[in-house]
Amino acid sequence: MNDRLMDFDKAIEQFEPVLGFEVHVELSTRTKMFSSAPNAFGSEPNTNVTPVCLGLPGSLPVVNEQAVRYSISLGLALGCSIAESSRFARKNYFYPDLAKNYQISQYDEPIAFDGSVDVELEDGRIVPVAIERAHMEEDAGKLTHLGGATGRIQGAEYSLVDYNRAGVPLVEIVTRPIEGAGADAPALARAYVATIRDIVLALGISEARMDRGNLRCDANVSLRPRGQQRYGTRTETKNVNSLRSVERAVRYEIQRQAAILAEGGTITQETRHWHEDTGRTSPGRPKSDADDYRYFPEPDLLPVVPSAELIAELRAALPEAPAVRRRRLKEAWGFTDLEFRDVVNGGLLAEVQATVEAGASPQAARKWWTGEISRIANAREAEAAALVAPAQVAELQGLVDDGTLTDKLARQVLEGVIDGEGSPAEVVQRRGLAVVSDDGALLAAIDEALAAQPDVLEKIRDGKVQAAGAIIGAVMKAMKGQADAARVRELVLERAQG
Amino acid sequence: MPESTADRAAAITPDLVAHLAGLARIALSGEEVERLTVQLGQILDNVAKVSEVATEDVPPTSHPIPLQNVFRADAVADVLTQEQALSGAPDAESGRFRVRAILGEEQ
Amino acid sequence: MSGTGAEAITRLPAAELAQLLAAGELSSVEATRAHLDRIAQVDDVVNAFLHVSDHALDVAADVDARRAAGEQLGPLAGVPLAIKDVLVTSDMPTTAGSRILEGWLPPYDATVVQKIRAADLVPLGKTNMDEFAMGSTTENSAYGPTRNPWDLDRIPGGSGGGSAACLAAFEAPLALGSDTGGSIREPAHLTGTVGVKPTYGGVSRYGVIALASSLDQIGPCARTVLDAALLHDVIAGHDPHDSTSLGEAWPSFAELARSSADASALQGLRVGVVRELSGEGIDPGVRQRFTETLELLAAHGAEIVEVSMPHVEYAVAAYYLILPAEASSNLARYDSVRFGLRADVTGTVEDVMSATREAGFGDEVKRRVILGTYALSAGYYDAYYGKAQKVRTLIQRDFAAAFEQAEVLVSPTAPMTAYPLGTTTHDPLAQYLNDITTIPVNLAGIPGMSVPVGLSPEDGLPVGLHLMAPARQDARLYRAGAAVEALVREHRGAPLLDAVPDLAAAIQAWQEVAR
Repeated sequence: MNDRLMDFDKAIEQFEPVLGFEVHVELSTRTKMFSSAPNAFGSEPNTNVTPVCLGLPGSLPVVNEQAVRYSISLGLALGCSIAESSRFARKNYFYPDLAKNYQISQYDEPIAFDGSVDVELEDGRIVPVAIERAHMEEDAGKLTHLGGATGRIQGAEYSLVDYNRAGVPLVEIVTRPIEGAGADAPALARAYVATIRDIVLALGISEARMDRGNLRCDANVSLRPRGQQRYGTRTETKNVNSLRSVERAVRYEIQRQAAILAEGGTITQETRHWHEDTGRTSPGRPKSDADDYRYFPEPDLLPVVPSAELIAELRAALPEAPAVRRRRLKEAWGFTDLEFRDVVNGGLLAEVQATVEAGASPQAARKWWTGEISRIANAREAEAAALVAPAQVAELQGLVDDGTLTDKLARQVLEGVIDGEGSPAEVVQRRGLAVVSDDGALLAAIDEALAAQPDVLEKIRDGKVQAAGAIIGAVMKAMKGQADAARVRELVLERAQG
Repeated sequence: MPESTADRAAAITPDLVAHLAGLARIALSGEEVERLTVQLGQILDNVAKVSEVATEDVPPTSHPIPLQNVFRADAVADVLTQEQALSGAPDAESGRFRVRAILGEEQ
Repeated sequence: MSGTGAEAITRLPAAELAQLLAAGELSSVEATRAHLDRIAQVDDVVNAFLHVSDHALDVAADVDARRAAGEQLGPLAGVPLAIKDVLVTSDMPTTAGSRILEGWLPPYDATVVQKIRAADLVPLGKTNMDEFAMGSTTENSAYGPTRNPWDLDRIPGGSGGGSAACLAAFEAPLALGSDTGGSIREPAHLTGTVGVKPTYGGVSRYGVIALASSLDQIGPCARTVLDAALLHDVIAGHDPHDSTSLGEAWPSFAELARSSADASALQGLRVGVVRELSGEGIDPGVRQRFTETLELLAAHGAEIVEVSMPHVEYAVAAYYLILPAEASSNLARYDSVRFGLRADVTGTVEDVMSATREAGFGDEVKRRVILGTYALSAGYYDAYYGKAQKVRTLIQRDFAAAFEQAEVLVSPTAPMTAYPLGTTTHDPLAQYLNDITTIPVNLAGIPGMSVPVGLSPEDGLPVGLHLMAPARQDARLYRAGAAVEALVREHRGAPLLDAVPDLAAAIQAWQEVAR
C-alpha cells in the first residue's frame, strides 16, 4: 500500500517543516573505540575482533586515546564547547549485533556540546545550524539476513553476525531542531550533511564515505501548521546512505506527513526506513517504552577530563572553517560565483580540490565533476564521489591535455574507468581509444573521404571553407572519433591548397 | 515517584515484573512472576530506605577510587583468530555467528 | 624430606611447600600429586571443585625440569593453586557456577591467571561458587553446594565457598577468590581460613566474569596470612587491560607479613571498633571471640578505640541496588549468540534468547537481574540507583572520618558461624544479611581481610576477625593480620585449622548417615 503524498509546494504552503539530524561519523583510527582490534573495512568476518569486541565474559573496555583526540577536534570544528569532565554511559538493549547487549555511549556528559555550523544553500544564503551535542560511542556488528526474498529483515529465515565492525569508534552529532527552512528543507538537509562531510574530511578523521557507512544520517522530520508554536510529531528516517537520499527522504517525509495531516490524521512517532530504489519511506518499529535504555554511568571506564593544553593544541591544529576554505579556493581557482556554487551544491568540493591537487586545472576538474561525472551519477542513481577517484580524473584530463584523447574520447574512457576496467591509461590501451596522431593515417582517410565527395575541394578553393566540415565529419566517423578534429581540418585545408 | 512503604510494595505488580522480564529477555513462567512479585516487593521495602538519607547535596559516587583519563595507544593487539572467535558459538556459518530470524528492527 | 607422606604434604602451608620445593627436597610433581590424591579422596562429598585439571602434573613436571636446569624461579614456583570458577582460563572450562556457561572453554586467560602461570604456580582446577557470585552460601551454584569441612551439613559461605573449603579440606594450599560484598572474607570466616579483598583496582579484573563492576575484586585465599601475602604479591599490579586498575607499585606483602609476625607490630596501633558493625545481630559465640581478640590486642600494645559510622546501616540497601543494577547489565551478554547455552526452542532469536536465559539462570540470578532492571528503568533511576550511589559517598566519608581515629578498623567478619545448608535457601533477604559487615568495604573500595581468631564456644565453629584499612593501605592489613595470627596461635597453642575434624572420617560417617 503506497503512501499518499501531497504536492510539495502545497505542503510547504500549509505546513512548516522542522528538521533534526543525528549524523554518525565513523572515525578512521587504527583500532576500535574500546578495544585494540583493527578498525578496517572489508576483512574476512570475525577476524578483526578481540575478546572485548565479542563481549566475552570477563572482557573490559579501554578507551582509544586517538579517538578521543579526534572527537575533541570534531567538537571544536563544530564550534562546540568541550566538556570539562566527560563520561561514558551504558545504553542497554538486546540485539544480536550488539555483543554485550549494551552499547557504550555517552549520555549526560558528552564530550562536546552547544555548537553551531554554518550551512550554505544554493542561493548563497547561510543558515546556522545549532549543534546540541557530539558524543563518542561504539558501532555495532553487521547482520546479514538470509533465507528471505529481499535480504532485509522481514521474511528472513536466519541471520549471520560479523563483529568486525562492532566497537568501531563513532561520533554522533545531534542538531537542535532546525526551524524556518521552509521549501529549502530538503536542500538544507543535504547541504548540512555535505558540510559535516567536508568538515570531517578536512580534519582527516574519517573517510566519510556514505556508501560505506563511514557517515550515516538519521533524518528527523516533523510538520506543524503554519503559525503554530508547538512542534508536530516527528518521524526518524534511517538508511539514508547518500547526500541525494538525504534530500529525497526529507522531501518525501514532508509530502507524506502533509497528506496525513491535511486529512485530519495523526503522525505516528516512529522510525522509518528509506528505500532509495523506490524513493519511499516505510515504517519500522513504533517508538515504544521498549526503548527504555536504562542509561547509567559506565563503571568500567573513568571520566575523560581534557586538559586546557590538549584543547589548545587541537584547536590550533584545526583546519580553516569550511566557509573560509571555500572563499579561499574560489579565489584561487578563479571561479565565478555560479561555477563555485555548482561545485559546492553538488557536494563535490573535496573531489575538485583533490583533482586539482593531482595536477588538473581547476576549470577542467570542475567540468568533469559537475558535468559528465555528475550526469553519470544521476543516471545511475549513485554518488559521484563513489564512481571515480580524483587522481584518475586528473590523469584523464592529462591525456586530453597532451593530445592523446579528445574530449569526446575522454568521456568514453571515463565510462570505462567507472566500470572498473582500470586506470585511464589502461582503458585507453585496452579499448584502443587513443587519438590517431599519425598524419599518414589521417591523410589516407581524408583522401578516401575526398574521393567520395569530389566537389568539396572545389568549394574550399572557392572560399567556402565550411565545406570542409563534411570531410571532417566523414573522417571522424571513419576513425571512430579517434582523431583530433582540428588537425583533420588543417590537413584538409592543406590538401585544398596543394 | 513511590514514597511510602505501601506505595513501594504496591509498585511491584505481576504486570511490572512481566514487563521487566521482557526488558531483561527472561521468559519467566507465570509461577515465577508471582513469586518474584512478592520477593521483589519485600526486597524493595528494605532497600528503598536509601532515599531517607541521600539528600540533594550529596554527590553520587560511581567509581570507588577516583581515576581519570585512562587511555590506551591506538595500536593493534590481542586479536583473536576467526576460529578462536567462533570457538564458543552454538551455531556458525561461513565465519559468522548464526542466529534465528530477528523480530525487531536495528536501533 | 623423608617420611613425608602425601597427607603431610597437603597439611603444609604454601610458604613451607615453596621452601621445600626451592631446596629440592620435594618436587612439584609430588606436591601436585598429593593434592590431586586428596581431591580424589574427599571432593565427591566436599564438592569444592567444579573441574580438576587433567594436565596439572604436566605443568608441575615442567616446573621441576626448569628448576633442575638451573632456571631462577619465583617464590611460589611449583606450588599448587585452586582457581575460583569466576576467572577465565583457556585450558579449563569456566562456568561462574552457572548452567548458562556449562562447558564453556574461553579463548583467552584472565590477566591474574596469566600472572600465576608466569609465576609457575600449578593450577589444580576451578572451584565452586554461587552462580555469577550472587550469594553468601554457595547454595546458589548450579552444580550443587560445597560442604564445609568443619561440618559437612553446613555452609562454607559464599560466593567463594569452593575456594575456602578446598583450603580447609587441605585439597589446595592456595586459592584465588573474588569478593564483591564479602565473597572471599565471609567464607574465610566460616572455614577458619584467611581471605583478603585488595583495594579496588589493586588486582586486575580483566578476565573476571563480572558481577558488579564497581565492586568486584580478585584476592588471595590461604590458610595463613603469609601465604595470602605471597599470593597477593603475585597477582597485584596495574593492568592496561583494566581501566580501573591502579597504577602504583605495591610493597611486598610477604615481607611485611614476615616482619610483623609478632606483637611488636601492634605497639601503639590504633584499632577502631566500628560500633554499628559489632553490636546488634552478632551471635554471642562470635561476639565472645571477637571481644577476646580485642583484649588480646590491647594486652599487647594496641589501642582499642570505638568509632562510629552512622551511615553504615544503609550499606546493605545501597549494595542491593548498585549490584543488581550493574549485574543486570553485565549479564545481558548471556544470550545464546556467541557462547554458552542455547535453548532448543523454535521462534525468533528473541524467543531463543529469552528461553535460554530462563533455562540457564538460577532463581537468585533472575531475582537480581529483574531488580536491577527495575532500579535502572525510566522513572526509577533517581530514586534507587542514583540514591544508592549517594549512600556510597556517605559510606566513604564515614570511613574517612573513622580512619582519622584509627589505623585499622575491625569488626567480626560475619554475624554468625556456619549454619546448616538449606537454612536460608527460601529466604533471600536473610541471606543478604550474612554480608552486613563485609559490604561497606566493597562500597568504599577499601581493602579488607578476614583472619581466623578462634572457635565459637557455642558450636565449635570458626570465627574470623575482619580487618579494614584505607584505600591503598593493604599493607596495614598484612601487618596487623600477621600480628593477630601470631598472637592467636600463641594463645591457643596451635594453628586453628589443627582443630578441623578429620575429613576422611567425617565423610565416611556422613555417607553412612546419608545411606
